[in-house]
Amino acid sequence: MSKSDIWKDTAAIETAIDTMTERLRERLERRGIERPLMIGIHTGGVWVAERLHARLGLAEPLGHLDISFYRDDFSRVGMHPQVRPSYLPVGVDDRHLILVDDVLQSGRTIRAAHNVLFDYGRPASVTLAVLLERDGRELPIAADVAGFEAGFGADEQIKLSGPEPLLMLRARRGANPIR
Amino acid sequence: MTTPNPQLDAQGRLKHFLTIDGLSRELLTEILDQAEGFLGVAQQAVKKVPLCRGKVVANLFFETSTRTRTTFELAAKRLSADVLNLNISTSSTAKGETLLDTLRNLEAMHVDMFVVRHAESGTAHFMAAHAAPHVSIVNAGDGRHAHPTQAMLDMLTIRRHKPDFDQLSVAIVGDILHSRVARSQMLALRTLGVPDVRVIAPRTLLPTRVEEAFGVTAYHDLSEGVRDADVVIMLRIQRERMNSALLPSEHEYFQLFGLTEERLATAKPEAIVMHPGPINRGVEMDSQVADGRRSVILEQVTNGIAVRMAVMSMCLGNQHLGSPSQEEATHA
Repeated sequence: MSKSDIWKDTAAIETAIDTMTERLRERLERRGIERPLMIGIHTGGVWVAERLHARLGLAEPLGHLDISFYRDDFSRVGMHPQVRPSYLPVGVDDRHLILVDDVLQSGRTIRAAHNVLFDYGRPASVTLAVLLERDGRELPIAADVAGFEAGFGADEQIKLSGPEPLLMLRARRGANPIR
Repeated sequence: MTTPNPQLDAQGRLKHFLTIDGLSRELLTEILDQAEGFLGVAQQAVKKVPLCRGKVVANLFFETSTRTRTTFELAAKRLSADVLNLNISTSSTAKGETLLDTLRNLEAMHVDMFVVRHAESGTAHFMAAHAAPHVSIVNAGDGRHAHPTQAMLDMLTIRRHKPDFDQLSVAIVGDILHSRVARSQMLALRTLGVPDVRVIAPRTLLPTRVEEAFGVTAYHDLSEGVRDADVVIMLRIQRERMNSALLPSEHEYFQLFGLTEERLATAKPEAIVMHPGPINRGVEMDSQVADGRRSVILEQVTNGIAVRMAVMSMCLGNQHLGSPSQEEATHA
C-alpha cells in the first residue's frame, strides 16, 4: 500500500451513515417492506452494516457475506488469503434484502455477492446500500442508497479502515484496485 | 528455507500437497483458515462455489477407499470442478500400462489435478516429479509414508474444539508402525506447536526411535498414556496384521489397547476422541465411546470435505501464478 491520506474523517462518515439510514427508511416505507434482512459484505461492508442495522433497529441479526469463493479473478490471483465464513442467520428465500458494502467501484464485488446470495436461496428483492459510490464501473450495477458520491483518478484508491474509528483513506497505486 | 520443497513453487506457495514434512506452521494455519471458510458452503441451499469451474480433477485410487475418495470427489464437486474417478483395478494398469503412461495420457486430456492413493510409499512424490508444470498432485495416502489431508482434517477438528495448539496434550493410540495417518499427524501436531504428543502402542507396533524422530513420547499402557490428555486419537487396526504375529488376537488387543469409558477416565473431562474411520467396534474402541458425547468422529468426516476443498483450491489457484513465460506458453 502506498502513502495514504484521510479522505473523510469519522464525523463525516457518521453523518453519511445517518443520511443513508434516513434514505433506507424512506425507501422501505415507500415499498411497504417491514422486515428487511441486512447483509454486510466483508470486511468494510460489515462495519457500515453494523451501524445501519443498529440505527434502523432491525430485529433479526446481521448477515455477513464473504465473496472470495465467487471472485472472477481466481485464475489470475489464486485464493484470497483472508476468507471468513459467510453467515446468514435466516434463510433468504422470499425475503427483502439490504446488501451493504463500503465502496462501489467496478461492480465486480456486487456481481459476486449476488451469486453468493442466490446460492442461498431466492430473495424477494435486493437493495444495494454503499458508503461511497464512485466512478470506475465495469458492470451494469448501481447503488440504491449511497452515503457519498464522488469521482477520482483511475489510479486513486479509496479504502475504508475500521472497525473503530471509521476512516476513509485515499491512496495512489500503480496497479488496478483490489476488487 | 534452504532445501527446495517439491510441494512449493518458487514463491513458497502450495503447488502440490504431498506430505506435512517441510511445511511451515504458517502454511498449515493458512490451510486450516481456508478450510474454515469452506465449512460454510455446506450451509448454502446450493452447496457449491464456482471457484474451480472448468478445472478437471482425476481421482487415481490404486488402493480401495470409500471415505477418502468420496470426500475428495465431493470437495472437487463443491468447488465446481469436473471429476474423473478412475477405477484402477479394471483400467489400463491392469493391462500393464505404467504409472507414467497413465499420467501422460490423462495430462493429454487436460487434467489439472491428480488425487493419488497408492500402496507404494513415494508414489505421489514420483508423480509430482514427473508431472507437467501446470499439473498439481495431491497425496491421498501413499504406503506407510503420508496421508496429509487426513492429518489436516484432524487438525481442523482439534482446533475447532481446542483452539490453542500451544497448550495441548494429544495421544495417538494404535498401530503407529504401519500408519501413514499417525506419521502425518505427528508431524502436523509438532509443526503447529503442540508441546505434548504421545504415541501409545504395543512395542511391536511402534517404529524404532519414534521419540527422537518425531519429538513425541511413547507409552505402552493406555490408561497411563491418555492421562490428562485433551485429545485422544485412535488409529484403525488393519485386521490383516493380526495374522502377521505383530498382534495377539483382536480380543486380547482390545483388552489392552481398546478405548473404553473406564480407560478414558484418566483423560481430561472435556477431552475429545477421534478416529479416522472405518472403526472396528470392539477392537480399537467400545461403541459406547465411539457414539459417546466426547466422540467427534463424524465431525472429522464433515471437516474432511472442507480441508480437501482448501488444499485443492490453493493448489489450483497457484497454478497460474508461475513465471509469465510459462503462462504464455500454455496460451500459445
